[in-house]
Amino acid sequence: MPITDQEIQKLKETACSLRKDIIDITGWAGGAHIGGAMSMVEILAILYYKYLNIDSSRPNWEDRDRVILSKGHGGVGYAAFLASKGYFDKELLKEFNHFKSPFGMHLDGNKVPGVDVSTGSLGHGLPIAVGLSLGARLQKKNWKTYCILGDGECNEGSIWEAAMAASHFKLTNMITFVDRNKLMIDGPTEEVMGLEPFSDKWKAFGWIVKEAQGHDFKSLSEAIEFAQNETKAPVVIIANTIKGKGIDFMENQVKWHYGGLNSDLIEKAKQSVDRM
Amino acid sequence: MSEGLTWTVYDADTMTQAEIYGEVLCHLGDKYPNIVGLSADLANSTKIGKFGKKFPDRFFNVGIAEQNLFGVAAGLAKSGLIPFISSMAVFTSMRAAEQVRTDICYQKLNCKIIATHAGTSFGQAGTTHHCTEDLAIMRSFANMTVIVPADGIETANAIRECVEYPGPVYMRIGRGFEPKFYDNEDYGFKIGKGIEVHSGTDITIICCGVTVLQAVEAAKMLKEQDGLSVRVINMHTIKPLDEEIVKRAVLDTRRIVTIEDHNIIGGLGSAVAEVIAASGKGCAFTKVGIPDCFCEVGYPEDLCNYYKLDADGIMDKVREVMGKDFEEDEDWEDEV
Ligand SMILES: Cc1ncc(C[n+]2csc(CCOP(=O)(O)OP(=O)(O)O)c2C)c(N)n1
Repeated sequence: MPITDQEIQKLKETACSLRKDIIDITGWAGGAHIGGAMSMVEILAILYYKYLNIDSSRPNWEDRDRVILSKGHGGVGYAAFLASKGYFDKELLKEFNHFKSPFGMHLDGNKVPGVDVSTGSLGHGLPIAVGLSLGARLQKKNWKTYCILGDGECNEGSIWEAAMAASHFKLTNMITFVDRNKLMIDGPTEEVMGLEPFSDKWKAFGWIVKEAQGHDFKSLSEAIEFAQNETKAPVVIIANTIKGKGIDFMENQVKWHYGGLNSDLIEKAKQSVDRM
Repeated sequence: MSEGLTWTVYDADTMTQAEIYGEVLCHLGDKYPNIVGLSADLANSTKIGKFGKKFPDRFFNVGIAEQNLFGVAAGLAKSGLIPFISSMAVFTSMRAAEQVRTDICYQKLNCKIIATHAGTSFGQAGTTHHCTEDLAIMRSFANMTVIVPADGIETANAIRECVEYPGPVYMRIGRGFEPKFYDNEDYGFKIGKGIEVHSGTDITIICCGVTVLQAVEAAKMLKEQDGLSVRVINMHTIKPLDEEIVKRAVLDTRRIVTIEDHNIIGGLGSAVAEVIAASGKGCAFTKVGIPDCFCEVGYPEDLCNYYKLDADGIMDKVREVMGKDFEEDEDWEDEV
């Protein structure tokens, strides 16, 4: 169902509050991958608060949609959303990264309710999404698999091996996002290892490409609904985003791939989010 | 120290192991125009980026693509160059394991692999970034030399020596904040030769990497508190293993404990156990390391403490082995 203005307003509020949660967790953790967590906030918000068929009181419910955060270093963002949906108490995140905590930077599916697949090593998520989608189709299940990739992550050969397989098997029960924030660790994607023409690569691998504004709920909503209704080929949504989005001193800054926040920076970061 | 190199590590107190590695490689780059550097979007994190800044034409960042990284390195080596390759230990030893084995080791290529964030040194990142299997994997590849320097100073020595050391080398270092053990570089480092860093006659600790400093502290405290005479061997080369120094420890002390930031299966402890078993001598023996599990999450200090890799833990383990019985001579039948 097309998104309403009212829904968009609510999602914006959710995104704002989740951004602040991510800032808090980064502070508690002593450091986290905050840049790439901020760039995917709208993607997670619209999935968790509009489209996913899930029930946080039954994290292992058989018919739930599956989510794979293939860019697993975004765990700090992922954890914030899972807590906000009620998978666990947000207070637990005060121990993020700490000794014996269930929460390391890269979330562990055995320890964290709501996490379908343990990720953190890049390039693993899409192959697993292909397997889940094949499994669902074979067992005549209606649930879908949503997979979120980093753009730098798309350097990995395994992504393209899986891309080949998804179109070969005509998987239309999986929806893939690329968080196209144009930065990786050592610099801009196009300087470290050029991806462009990026859409053409996916098309050449047999996918349907939808470009979206990754911080615009209307644009994301149109792309997702298109993908949900597609029946011929897998769809990838290339979501154009800004790394560090919402925190002025982090936006588009390579060095904020990973970092810590003291109380001063936490304050500044939250004020910046309020001004969005 | 290699001839013709004037640069020594002047700042091991504030520079991390990886920073020292990057710095030494820059200096070697002047002397050896055939050294090239490679990384996979971890140039800055692994500090090979220092070399990249100094020699941009001789440095290749292949993006986040570790299998390609080691394949490309193999090609560069085939063309006559000496590639130094750096990524995290976990992606080096597992993601690209077959490239390392088949492209590099099988063809005996002159590739120097410096893997960072090894063991539990990036403990807070979780299992996907822990690397407690690399020594077992790399040790099982024919033609491979495996080195675990005790600190930044030893890293400098090992990097210098491996340039002229033929064939593939795998060296594992930490993420960064490991304290230094050696005061200067002149203590006779040689690939394949273990070093006695504390003398003793009651029991021997054989260790590598970050645990060396802890073991020596434990040895000193055990002397004070228990009157125990503990020998400590820094076994910086896991392969080829210095068998002589192990056999001497069996003969002299008849009790051995191995300590490593690695699974107790397949690494230093296993390598030492193989030598003890082959010696045919009775020896009380315990391996200390990660007890064949995926580790807890946490900062490295907490994990070292939890898995008994710090001085306190090592003291407990030594006391345990002091209480163990072993068969001195003929009476094996009673046991079997
Ligand atoms: C296989 C593998 N290689 C290297 C890394 C280290 N690493 C973590 S994040 C990252 C950069 C990711 O860039 P991108 O996919 O663009 O993510 P984003 O910018 O959205 O954070 C790298 C190289 C890793 N986690 N996994």
